[in-house]
Amino acid sequence: MPENNIVLEKEFEKRLIQQEKIEPRDWMPEKYRNQLIRLISQHAHSEIIGMLPEGNWITRAPSLRRKIALLAKVQDEAGHGLYLYCAAETLGTTREEMFDQLHEGKAKYSSIFNYPTLTWADIGMIGWLVDGAAIINQTTMARCSYGPYSRSLLRICKEENFHKIQGMEIVGVLCSGTKEQREMAQESFNRWWWPTLMMFGPHDSNSPNSGELLKWKIKMKSNDELRQRFIDITVEQAKVFGLEIPDPNLNYNQKTGKWDTGEINWEEFYNVINGNGLCNKERLGARKNAHFGNSWVRDAATTYENKKNNLKAA
Amino acid sequence: MTAEENKNDQWELWEVFLQGKTGEAHIHAGSLRAADKEMALQNARDVYSRREKFENIWVVKSKDIIASTQKDNDSFFGTVEDKIYRHPQFYKLPDGMKNEFKK
Repeated sequence: MPENNIVLEKEFEKRLIQQEKIEPRDWMPEKYRNQLIRLISQHAHSEIIGMLPEGNWITRAPSLRRKIALLAKVQDEAGHGLYLYCAAETLGTTREEMFDQLHEGKAKYSSIFNYPTLTWADIGMIGWLVDGAAIINQTTMARCSYGPYSRSLLRICKEENFHKIQGMEIVGVLCSGTKEQREMAQESFNRWWWPTLMMFGPHDSNSPNSGELLKWKIKMKSNDELRQRFIDITVEQAKVFGLEIPDPNLNYNQKTGKWDTGEINWEEFYNVINGNGLCNKERLGARKNAHFGNSWVRDAATTYENKKNNLKAA
Repeated sequence: MTAEENKNDQWELWEVFLQGKTGEAHIHAGSLRAADKEMALQNARDVYSRREKFENIWVVKSKDIIASTQKDNDSFFGTVEDKIYRHPQFYKLPDGMKNEFKK
């Protein structure tokens, strides 16, 4: 490393200790920049791919009240994707590069969106569990050291609360409904519980990048800490709904005051991440269709702008 | 559009500023991409005012913003913090004198 960079990196780390935020034009280590691009673009992709499982139910929502909520939520996710792509672009990558990586299967997105939405109860579960988990992650990350990412997350967190609460309303109505409705909720909960726990990523002991990310404040709490917080909150909420946690080893630990769970099926997790989940191909296919099928709209807008500019110049 | 931007075929990047009520300052909300100014305004409305009514929106091309650099902060902003005589607290009034402007 050149002498100069060592000095700059010391300066940089001093700023982090002083809780300063790093802005796009400030000096930063290349590795910090690359880790952030990876992290923020993955997050952006997750928002956009996350529209697909829920979009699946917009036309079949059981009432107008549910339909407008779901429409608004899916629109929000598009906005979240936009905030995040813009934040990533401030680091020197381009929207096209990020899209290419997603479409070529090189970029990752949250494993949870590769699971199918089979029943209406799944829409409730996604709001309650998936958005609930995302809120825990994102409220923590909103304090991260990179200014544009932190600001995007603050905005996102405000909007995610509605996503979670509307999901809890759906689950609550089903759980206080007929026997069939309660069964539908429990069956759906059984399918979403474990994949949601996987959203927080591998155990700390298996998460090699965590140390550096924590030091640079682009990760604020460890995977296991965040997962535990989610478990403790959600187990209590499940009791209120009258839902049973699908884990025979779930146990309240008197010593720690926290809920211990059985082991997560990591084979399934890595399988889904590596492209072999139930819906990986369908999701990527739908995403590519949307992007390439709409290219004529983007072309038309660009052509129109160029034409206006040429008229002005003439 | 510069040649560099054209190559990537990316739309222009715009910064969005929102004014909550008349008389208030516009505050930076975020950025977006759009092909032209009309689309920039409409996208800004659609994305950044989904839950609140605002009085006014500004969109500015990001490349037109001139910003100071953090690296030069010390020399650029200089010794302004030492110039406490620019604040009213620097001055003493006779005992018993009322200062209706205080705080």
